[in-house]
Amino acid sequence: MVIYSIYIVSKSGGLIFNHDHSVSKIENEKPFTFPVDLKLKYENKRIIVEFGQKDGIRPGHVLYAVNGKGLTDRQLDDGQDVFEVLENKNNYPLNLKFGRPKMTTNEKIFLASMFYPLFAIASQLSPEPKCSGIEVLEADTFKLYCFQTLTGVKMIAVADRSQNGVESLLKKIYELYADYALKNPFYSLEMPIRCELFETNLKTLLDVMEKSGIANI
Amino acid sequence: MTVHNIYIFNKNGNLLYYHEWNRLKQTGMTREEEAKLMYGMLFSIKSFVNKISPVDPKDGFLYYKTSKYTLHYFETLTGLKFVLNTDINAQGVRELLQEIYNQVYVEYVVKNPLLNLSEPIESEIFKAKLDALVKQSPVFLSRVP
Repeated sequence: MVIYSIYIVSKSGGLIFNHDHSVSKIENEKPFTFPVDLKLKYENKRIIVEFGQKDGIRPGHVLYAVNGKGLTDRQLDDGQDVFEVLENKNNYPLNLKFGRPKMTTNEKIFLASMFYPLFAIASQLSPEPKCSGIEVLEADTFKLYCFQTLTGVKMIAVADRSQNGVESLLKKIYELYADYALKNPFYSLEMPIRCELFETNLKTLLDVMEKSGIANI
Repeated sequence: MTVHNIYIFNKNGNLLYYHEWNRLKQTGMTREEEAKLMYGMLFSIKSFVNKISPVDPKDGFLYYKTSKYTLHYFETLTGLKFVLNTDINAQGVRELLQEIYNQVYVEYVVKNPLLNLSEPIESEIFKAKLDALVKQSPVFLSRVP
């Protein structure tokens, strides 16, 4: 029973609010001997697995640490270049920590605006007249719920597949949006929501829901 | 409960087969354009699901639901894509899609030496068997118009 994240998309399709509630961390730390049997690549300021799979490490995963030392860009915390360390046979055995990449803010904005056309096409391709856009989307690892208000703002929640009552949670979030964002004189429509009260109330709402179920909110 | 229509795409995104049962609204474009739009949407949904998923997905996208219909998606390991639109209360459609693949597509298309797998399916027996399978499934209970 988990809510992973909440997104609010404005009527013109831009991301105006995002909150990651519980982030499931998948990290794998494994000892490696020379040569590393994974093909690594430096891309978008991260080192990712390009090819090869081993003990839960899969293509697309990012290198987070070498021998417990974290890395930024392609440099270790002590200033060494990661690829130089990996290529030197004398450094082995090495403990490499890989994980599924965390989404950057840019990627979140990109994804939120990607949902907008999908929503529109789904209603266009409908075999029945007067159809709405996507309301629930299920994949094997999560379930996405979307609630569109009459004014075209979309509240989106990514939740665990077994979580129920997310529809009413989204309506409750709409209430919070109306109370703490729209009634805030410093908030202008379509702009990112930066209202402390909104955020704190949203967090409390999610916590209450997770602890005691939907009936109590 | 009712079944609206089915689309079968090959791994390159070409429409292999289309059939409709109880479709109440046409999109107003040609079948070809509609298929391209559908494939484009599914392609985007797949990449969207892969990125937004909190853990590594295996099957990925399963279905989406709107206020009026549900789109069920089933992709085989060979990249063949089956898309079935039903009403929102339909249950067990994934099993039905699997049956369509195992019992109809494999039997009457793959095992037919005269058919080219990348060409649209025009086989009469495939059409008849698919129609029979869908019509006898519990998902298909035609509404009286």
